Amino acid sequence: MDLLLSLFPLGWQHYLLGGLLIGTGAALLFLLTGRIGGMSTVFSSTWSFVVSRPFFQQGRFVDSRGWRLVYALGLVLGALVWWLGFAGGVREATTVPVWQLLVGGFLVGYGARLGNGCTSGHGICGLGSLQWPSLLAVLTFMATAFLTANLMARWLA
Amino acid sequence: MSAAHQTLPRMFATLVAGALFGFGLSYATMIRPEVVLSFLRFEDFGLTLVMGGAVLVVLLAYKLVPRVLARPLLGESFHKHPSVWNRDTLLGSALFGVGWGLCGVCPGPAIAGLGAGNWSLLWALGGIALGALAQGLRAK
Repeated sequence: MDLLLSLFPLGWQHYLLGGLLIGTGAALLFLLTGRIGGMSTVFSSTWSFVVSRPFFQQGRFVDSRGWRLVYALGLVLGALVWWLGFAGGVREATTVPVWQLLVGGFLVGYGARLGNGCTSGHGICGLGSLQWPSLLAVLTFMATAFLTANLMARWLA
Repeated sequence: MSAAHQTLPRMFATLVAGALFGFGLSYATMIRPEVVLSFLRFEDFGLTLVMGGAVLVVLLAYKLVPRVLARPLLGESFHKHPSVWNRDTLLGSALFGVGWGLCGVCPGPAIAGLGAGNWSLLWALGGIALGALAQGLRAK
């Protein structure tokens, strides 16, 4: 019990159930449409609407940009349902400084697209299809994320 | 049924699947950067359960569904997305991790968080969009 509390001070049930629901969403997408639903590609494919450079006009972006935007819209709707139905409509807020969100976000976007995947693409879909390059990608970003988060905590303390 | 007839149901299916994904992200509090950062600082290991739970379901679906069905219920074929390991994957993943450790936001929660009124995440969302743009502009 003490171990459980020290590993999961805020409880563990909501993490596991939430994870199972996330997986069910990606599994449902596959069952119904055959699509592999990572999340970072939408950030490249959506640029194909406005940027005419050949990189963004690749078939893999142009052909998937419609459903990827719908999938992203679904993400917002799902969070809205949770917010209004389960969280009492108390607005979520973060104390992470704006510069960290912006600079961190930039690196997240650049890195995920260069590495062809993020926590959902490599982490959930890649591991879910037992691909070793995705496992290496996950181990790589976990390592640099652990390092960065701990160094930041030390510097800002 | 022709492909054109399936477009609308397929869009709806994609929307519902995304909604489940977004609901799960919110229910698991992954849309709170603080929770993600506390995992990265080894203070709360909840993220391992989120990822483990999601991988488990996806693993079962990717393995079992194509054995039972010849094609997806609303589509022509089951897609494959092979990942490759090369210099870009290594460098990209390393940079992604640095950014993730800095802000505690990854692409899914950056999008979903908006549905829960977390407007600050717009900064992260904008950053991610700019980063993806820069990556595409630098690529040959």
